[in-house]
Amino acid sequence: MTKTLWQIPESLKQVVTHYCPGCGHGIVNRLIGEIVDELGIRERTVGISPVGCAVLGYDYFNFDVSEAAHGRTPAVATGMKRARPDLIVFSYQGDGDLAAIGTAEIMHAGNRGENITVIFVNNGVYGMTGGQMAPTTIDGQVTKTTPRGRMPEDVGEPLKVPEMLAVCDRTAFLARCALDTPKNIRAAKRALKKAFQYQIDGAGFSLVEIVSPCPTYWGLEPLEALKRIEDEVIPYYPLGVIRDAPHGAGGETGKRD
Amino acid sequence: MARTDGDDARDQRVLMCGNEAMAEAAIAAGCRCYFGYPITPQNEVTAYMAKRMPEVGGVFLQSESELAAVNMVFGAAAVGARAMTSSSSPGISLKQEGISYLAGCELPSVIANVMRGGPGLGSIGPSQSDYFQATRGGGHGDYRHLVLAPSTVQELADMTIEAFDIADRYRNPVMLLSDGVLGQMMEPVVIPENPETDEPDKPWALTGCAGREPNVIKSLYLDVLALEAHNDRLQAKYAEIQRRELRYETLKADDADVLLVAFGTVARICRSAMRAMRERGRKVGLFRPMTLWPFPYEALRATRDRVQGYLVVEMNAGQMVEDVRLAVEGRRPVEFYGRTGGAVMGVDEVVEKLEALFAREGAS
Repeated sequence: MTKTLWQIPESLKQVVTHYCPGCGHGIVNRLIGEIVDELGIRERTVGISPVGCAVLGYDYFNFDVSEAAHGRTPAVATGMKRARPDLIVFSYQGDGDLAAIGTAEIMHAGNRGENITVIFVNNGVYGMTGGQMAPTTIDGQVTKTTPRGRMPEDVGEPLKVPEMLAVCDRTAFLARCALDTPKNIRAAKRALKKAFQYQIDGAGFSLVEIVSPCPTYWGLEPLEALKRIEDEVIPYYPLGVIRDAPHGAGGETGKRD
Repeated sequence: MARTDGDDARDQRVLMCGNEAMAEAAIAAGCRCYFGYPITPQNEVTAYMAKRMPEVGGVFLQSESELAAVNMVFGAAAVGARAMTSSSSPGISLKQEGISYLAGCELPSVIANVMRGGPGLGSIGPSQSDYFQATRGGGHGDYRHLVLAPSTVQELADMTIEAFDIADRYRNPVMLLSDGVLGQMMEPVVIPENPETDEPDKPWALTGCAGREPNVIKSLYLDVLALEAHNDRLQAKYAEIQRRELRYETLKADDADVLLVAFGTVARICRSAMRAMRERGRKVGLFRPMTLWPFPYEALRATRDRVQGYLVVEMNAGQMVEDVRLAVEGRRPVEFYGRTGGAVMGVDEVVEKLEALFAREGAS
């Protein structure tokens, strides 16, 4: 008898990714692959890749995937889900895509309670374009466009997206997780799985923010980047469930499909 | 029997404004996803779709912006649905990003522009000043899409039905170029309940990968040669559209000394001017492009040996006139008359301009 201890999920292609050493995207891709397998939804899942470091998602996920214009992913997801409510539609977005150029789209998708799942990878920088300030860059953080550190009096405070969306009564599940420890990665998987399960149940809009390392543009070794998440990032972005109010539960109305 | 058929056809006529007729025609064509944002003078489309789509089991959604609307169309088209959005000039500027992506990703879709006066916020009066934007590709990159230019409410309805078939046939966005007159004007119109539409299978659509390899919708090709190959394929498709989808109409061109060239609403004004001139014994004809891209260069060029000159009339400062000059290649004078800002020229203005041309020709 042999026992399988490790395998690549069917929902991931067996390819080498372009992600930098120590990047969190590979972990998030892996978690999605595992969850889609475990929920048995690979053959009805459609993912949407953002503009940013995760743009090549369709090369890594082994199910149907579309690109979308920068920030417009929640609108594309809305069109897909409204046209085909039987599909499981998720939007995978970075912090520039979701919290800067796509702020209107994410707020309104959340406010409508679209029955979709949003995976929001927050690493505090624009990675693909070379490490510029993101809306989520924390105060004092040095980036290409904040060479003297982020100054909130100049560019405002970093955005807390799930907290922002929590004012929308039709959001079903909003959580923030991190990838700095195995324990937190397991918690992230639980949150992501719940976000997908809510969509399957027609429970409404879910968003899981994942605080993720970018050693390349933080100028740190991969392990130092994980330490920085614990020491500097999580104190500003507290982890946990921000809102859990599935539609159809507790007398709430508006089950989408 | 023929008489009975005629009566039946008359019985099916309803009085509708262009915007509503376009919306109902889209539903007749099998469009079940409409996404839009309010803007004058196209608001009847969103109001009509809001009422009608739920009645036919379709999707109506008022989006948070024109950007969102065109990207909702992108999503619906990507999963295989017939999808549409509409707007007016400033809103169409916002949709251009999405139209470039629709073209790059080869997603069939229909976008209607009920043009109003510009630039900027402009006016809510009718205009044709988005001709360049519509025909040259208002977004980024080398892309083209068919531009249909109806001039009556009936033609707007017919072209709307046709637009969905053409979009599916070529996997490309199609633009309906209407304007504030056509959108608001009420005319009798027949909208077939079950028109013969040609909706093909869409094996490329993102419908879940059951029993097949995963599908990908994308326009990103980081390898420059791969992107060049993608562009070559798109250009070959555009060349086929140019060959097969060209539409135009000529009236009394055979003996015309002066040929009017106009599209859409202005072509109707020019038709009246043509008749008025004919009553005075002046030989005037009319050439009406019904597709603005592709533009009927060859057909227009074929007229240049017979006519003395051309008068291009547009509700803009002179846009299609450039295509007419490209067609005529300097072999005949091409004059222009236009009104801007949302103003509509009267028949008398066109007649006056034509008389001036005849007077000049007579004097020379």
